[in-house]
Amino acid sequence: MDFKLSEDLELWRKTAREFTDNEVAPYDEEMDRANDLSWDIIHKMSDAGMFGIPYPEEYGGSNMGSLAGAITIEELARGSASIALTLDAHWLATDPIYLFGTDEQKKKYLPDLVSGKKLAAFALTEPGAGSDAAGIVSTAVRDGDHWVLNGTKAWITNGGAAEVYVIAVKTDKTKGARGISTFIVEKGTPGFSIGKKEDKMGCRGSVTTELILDNCRIPESNLLGKEGEGFKIAMIALDFGRACVGAMGVGTAQSVMEKAARYANQRQAFGGPLAKLQAIQFKIADMAMGIEAARLMVYHAAWKRDQGQRYSQEAAMAKVFGAEVAMEACREAIQIFGGNGYSRDYPVERCLRDAKLLEIGEGASEVLRMVIGSTTLRQFA
Amino acid sequence: MHIVVCIKQVPKTLDVRIDPVTNNLIREGMESTINMFDENALEEALLLRDKFGGKISVISMGPPQAKEALRKALAMGADEAYLFCDRALGGADVLATAYTLAQGVKQLMPVDLILCGRHAVDADTGQVGPELAELLGWPQATLVHRLEHDDDRITVWRECEEGMAVWELPLPAVVTVGKEINKPRYPTPIGIIRSGKKPITVWGAKELDVDEDKIGLVGSPTRVTRLFSPERTSHVEMLTGGAEQVASLLVAKLREHKIQV
Repeated sequence: MDFKLSEDLELWRKTAREFTDNEVAPYDEEMDRANDLSWDIIHKMSDAGMFGIPYPEEYGGSNMGSLAGAITIEELARGSASIALTLDAHWLATDPIYLFGTDEQKKKYLPDLVSGKKLAAFALTEPGAGSDAAGIVSTAVRDGDHWVLNGTKAWITNGGAAEVYVIAVKTDKTKGARGISTFIVEKGTPGFSIGKKEDKMGCRGSVTTELILDNCRIPESNLLGKEGEGFKIAMIALDFGRACVGAMGVGTAQSVMEKAARYANQRQAFGGPLAKLQAIQFKIADMAMGIEAARLMVYHAAWKRDQGQRYSQEAAMAKVFGAEVAMEACREAIQIFGGNGYSRDYPVERCLRDAKLLEIGEGASEVLRMVIGSTTLRQFA
Repeated sequence: MHIVVCIKQVPKTLDVRIDPVTNNLIREGMESTINMFDENALEEALLLRDKFGGKISVISMGPPQAKEALRKALAMGADEAYLFCDRALGGADVLATAYTLAQGVKQLMPVDLILCGRHAVDADTGQVGPELAELLGWPQATLVHRLEHDDDRITVWRECEEGMAVWELPLPAVVTVGKEINKPRYPTPIGIIRSGKKPITVWGAKELDVDEDKIGLVGSPTRVTRLFSPERTSHVEMLTGGAEQVASLLVAKLREHKIQV
């Protein structure tokens, strides 16, 4: 057992942190207020090689692995949950192409996605189906050597910003999860349009939109994986996504803990700094313990993926736990900041709004507890 | 073109504390980084290599931990790294440091250009670059904002009190740069992975072929007798009276403190 990161990973963490401090964190408030993504930051991330971390060199990546990917997300989230989410959502769509794409699909799409020249988005959720993913009603019907897609997708991160979309729809309405297939749809395809942009509570520097499929005809070659394999593909993609959301939780919690600790050290009350009060020390202690545990869970999930092992359970655990650690840390950080914490002049209220997403997106805490619970129970049946 | 870049590992924060007993910087528990201006020097070298080809060697004198800074320089794209590390080199002032670096450069010949940061942010002397040029007998330009290379010459735009001076220098030469010259790149993941395979050569006093009287504490004519943080005091004096009276009192006070009004 070795808890030490390799020299490469240490150097990468420092680099990602420096990048976040200089190029990301100073603009998070601005993105939040503008309710928009900063393309300038995306281009800089692309130059810095961030998009290609988990992918091999033949597609322009660095093959640094999933652990390096999770560390990247964690460090970015320390400065901006929105930017971390943009990268997480990009990988959520890039991963299925990398894992299930044909050689042609990989050659066509991966270089631009791995370099970050183009953004990608993954579309499963619909207005009537979120946690109940098998209940989607969008369809694809075969028409000669084409597929015709119809339906509406909702809550799609990177919607509109992305050039490449991986979309899950029903190809067999008589079946549930096994009737779902995934397709690659490019922005600009006739019949495919970007719907309403969401006015979200948090992560406002990441764009979320509806997608509308209205008799969208795409060639047969855009089917990703086999017909009926879509649900499996989505679940496998979501495994890494969930580890990354856990990493976002760690980064967000780390960020607010640092802010709260600095504030507590400097803010005077009752004749001394807040930090001297046990009530405050306990809050900081709980944050530090949560972060430590969540970080190890995230790294373990990512490490298992790098080892080629199954890690669905670990990813789900890291996601639920990391999200809740972040939420709790933000709540208590605001409490430490007092009235100032409730003001938009201080960053902690923004972190709380951002953190709430982590308990909902890519598998709500409740549905993941169902998964974790039933998997655990099966082991003792 | 063979470019040598001199780098120094410095504490990451500028909020340095001094040990009141030993007069040394307190380095324990402090994160280190490459001196910021040295990153500009390295970036300029990388830009020159991108354009004209060649090789970049990064050199540093320091403790074994300075390898970390050299590793980052390799990850940014430098080709080779050399650490001049020996107990005998410890306690060096600017002159002994410049001498040690000059001896190292002689081992790396032929060298066309040496790039340094304008000064290190921890000690703030800005003397090592110029002294290195003197010891090698090469022309030098300091505080350079822009550099162009053409054949066996470089043209530099250097900051001076009343504006900019444009100089032409024959190569080899020594140039020190500030942050105005470029924005250093971040190491890329691929750069980090590749840097693990590039060597960091460690040279001690023997390999550097140095004169023992010119290195380390022995070779340093500068002696630091005392280091201290300046005491910060503030003093408020309220001026009273009518507006005109207060204004003229204020002007008199400012003049008294040699502030032009």
